[in-house]
Amino acid sequence: MDLEFTEEQNLLKSAARNFLKNECPPSLMKEMREDERGYSQKLWDRMADLGWLGVMVPEEYGGIGGDFLDLSIIMESMGAVCCPGPYFSTVVSGLAILSGGSEEQKQRILPKMARGELILTPALMEPDAWFEVSSISTAATREGEDYILEGTKLFVDNAHIADYILCAARTDSGEGVSLFLVEGKAPGVRCTLLNTLAYDKQCEVVFDRVKVPAENILEEPGKKPALLEPLQEKATVAKCAEMVGGLQSVLDLTVTYAKEREQFGQPIGSFQAVQHHCADMVIDVDGARFITYQAAWRLAAGLPAGREAAMAKAWTSDAARRVTRLGLQVHGAISYCDEHDMHLFYRKAKAGEMAFGDSDHHLEKVARGLGL
Amino acid sequence: MRFQFTPEQEQFRLEVRKVLEKEVPLRWKELGYQIWEETDESWAITKEWNRKLGQKGWLALTWPPEYGGLGRSQVEQFILDEEMAAIGTPTGIETAITIGWVCPTIMIYGTGEQKQQYLPPAARGEITFCLGYSEPNAGSDLAALRTTAVEEGDGFLVNGQKVWTSIAHRADYCWLAARTDPEVPKHKGISMFIVDMKTPGITVRPLINMTGFHSFNEVFFDNVRVPGKNLVGQKNRGWYQLATALDFERSGVGTPARVKRMVEKLVQYCKETKRDGRLLADDSGIRRRLAQLSVEAEVLRILCYRITWLQTKGKVPNYEASVSKVFGAELLGRLTDVTMHILGPFSQIDRGSKWAPLQGEGLRLFLTSPSMGIGGGTNEIQKSIIATRGLGLPRK
Ligand SMILES: Cc1cc2nc3c(=O)[nH]c(=O)nc-3n(C[C@H](O)[C@H](O)[C@H](O)COP(=O)(O)OP(=O)(O)OC[C@H]3O[C@@H](n4cnc5c(N)ncnc54)[C@H](O)[C@@H]3O)c2cc1C
Repeated sequence: MDLEFTEEQNLLKSAARNFLKNECPPSLMKEMREDERGYSQKLWDRMADLGWLGVMVPEEYGGIGGDFLDLSIIMESMGAVCCPGPYFSTVVSGLAILSGGSEEQKQRILPKMARGELILTPALMEPDAWFEVSSISTAATREGEDYILEGTKLFVDNAHIADYILCAARTDSGEGVSLFLVEGKAPGVRCTLLNTLAYDKQCEVVFDRVKVPAENILEEPGKKPALLEPLQEKATVAKCAEMVGGLQSVLDLTVTYAKEREQFGQPIGSFQAVQHHCADMVIDVDGARFITYQAAWRLAAGLPAGREAAMAKAWTSDAARRVTRLGLQVHGAISYCDEHDMHLFYRKAKAGEMAFGDSDHHLEKVARGLGL
Repeated sequence: MRFQFTPEQEQFRLEVRKVLEKEVPLRWKELGYQIWEETDESWAITKEWNRKLGQKGWLALTWPPEYGGLGRSQVEQFILDEEMAAIGTPTGIETAITIGWVCPTIMIYGTGEQKQQYLPPAARGEITFCLGYSEPNAGSDLAALRTTAVEEGDGFLVNGQKVWTSIAHRADYCWLAARTDPEVPKHKGISMFIVDMKTPGITVRPLINMTGFHSFNEVFFDNVRVPGKNLVGQKNRGWYQLATALDFERSGVGTPARVKRMVEKLVQYCKETKRDGRLLADDSGIRRRLAQLSVEAEVLRILCYRITWLQTKGKVPNYEASVSKVFGAELLGRLTDVTMHILGPFSQIDRGSKWAPLQGEGLRLFLTSPSMGIGGGTNEIQKSIIATRGLGLPRK
């Protein structure tokens, strides 16, 4: 048992922290609410230079061949500063291509992605299908060698700027849901930005008889689909890591504030009520951190992680709500101000809680795991 | 004991309901506005609404007729408040401040002239007060306030800064707490003033809140001359008036009615919405959460009812008001959680989109509910009041 990062991981962590602290203060998230694209190209290019976009891509495809813990470290650092942009959607999509794509697809997409030249995003949710794969109804119909996609996806991150959208659709060949690589600008793809809480660029995407040529079919329909669940699992854990970073920042900001802000002639941190709030936050954040690391480590080690991922998301989602609310409470009225950063973390935490299923969804998985 | 309204009161409720249903402006409903969202348009609607209520004598229902009220009982006020919150009228914080807090204090401590000058127009919905209490270094520790009012000629010269002053940019007058004696213990040197917001030397600077709206402000006082006749009550006794003003805080009955209204909307939504192939209304977790909320709303309603009842008995609600304030603030937090859970990912979408359920009300609730446990005295402070004043536990 060793709950510490390796030396390399620690290096990555401090490098990521320092880089983001300088290049991406939380205020960037606020700036991006007016920005249609939703990210800073300069920052994106620098992240590509640092190898972050190819963090889990093997060297033969132009990446740096790291593992899931490296990705988690980066995600956590991004969460700590509310970093906006298509990093998460791109990297988790890349993971699906890496594990399920043909050699040609990998050659075509991964090196470009690692260089920061491609933006990718998974399109999974639908108006009536929130998180369960079984409810997906977007249809993929065979026409010769190609497939024709028809349906509406919701909450697709960055679809409006994506080069490829990984669309989960139900094929008529009887084996359920497969993933299709749809070019973002393909005829029949219509994106509309949703005006969302965390100023993130989530879209409604309508696929209106979109033709997907054979070379862009990610999973051979007819075979048992195997990409979607691992994709969701990894995305869930990466999302938890991002949330942990945000929650730690909330705790840090709050403790600092409690030491500085004086009322009744003493720091508010000397009042037991405030101390207990801070203590409750620590319990939540520490719990979230280690249960997330456990799941990330299992993924890194190539072990089954379904149960651990579900537990991580269940706990972290609830913790996120409690921690951010206490953070606001201890800050008093100042946190209700747009100028202050607390609401950015509050918004991000809620968006994170919603992404890939809230605690109820994951508790249900845990319950199934218990044999219920 | 009787947990029931009299037939006359029930009659009044029906009358209120009928009037409100007819009178709430369509535009207000279309906008899906919430009372804390302050825009020029919403303010215009609110002002118009208050005048309309004023004409009926409903704005200051319990005030004596000589000040523009109808001399009705607190129970009827409860009923009116409850119905207004249930339907979501344009009544906002300006009414709580002006009618609920400031004017009743003037009614007790004010001079005859002050009463004549401020109460009737307030009851007609024509004037609005803002509360000049908090300062950058005087939040929970309000008595630490530093804004000074120094006697000069037949008036006072005010200097200092206030913060978080809700609707200062709309208000006609500021109900100002200022230090008139710096030499005595901090509670003993504070006085209350009515300050005309148009007086030279007052600067109002907007603070945009996290919902993106301009509702509160910083207010700067730079050699502001306040006539002596605007001092309310005795000089240096302002702290006690402040404490009295607290007793006039409304019964807080808006919160349970709001929760109830939201629960009803959510119930409807759950009956119509499928998630992953299953009707939300069939989800036992959701059913229990909604049921729990309606129980809690009922508990809060009864707690508010107790405050009203104390008032009708001529008693002064004390820790009881803190009980319902904390419980209400925390209940709004739980309402937020349940709402966001039920609306799921859709709760992130702001109104204006066809994908925003309930006109984006979940998102609005999410952004505003945290402030409920802060404004008007934080939950922590309220709990200390319950413990010390209510239970007699020792102060630290
Ligand atoms: C929406 C909104 C509207 C407002 N409108 C007005 C207005 O119109 N006019 C006006 O004057 N003010 C207004 N306020 C300000 C409000 O009254 C103050 O925010 C409140 O009194 C708390 O002060 P603070 O924000 O400075 O927090 P602080 O007093 O700094 O408190 C910070 C934290 O420390 C805790 N704390 C402080 N002292 C203690 C203690 N002794 N024991 C335990 N815990 C403690 C608090 O509970 C809180 O969690 C408004 C605030 C909000 C949020």
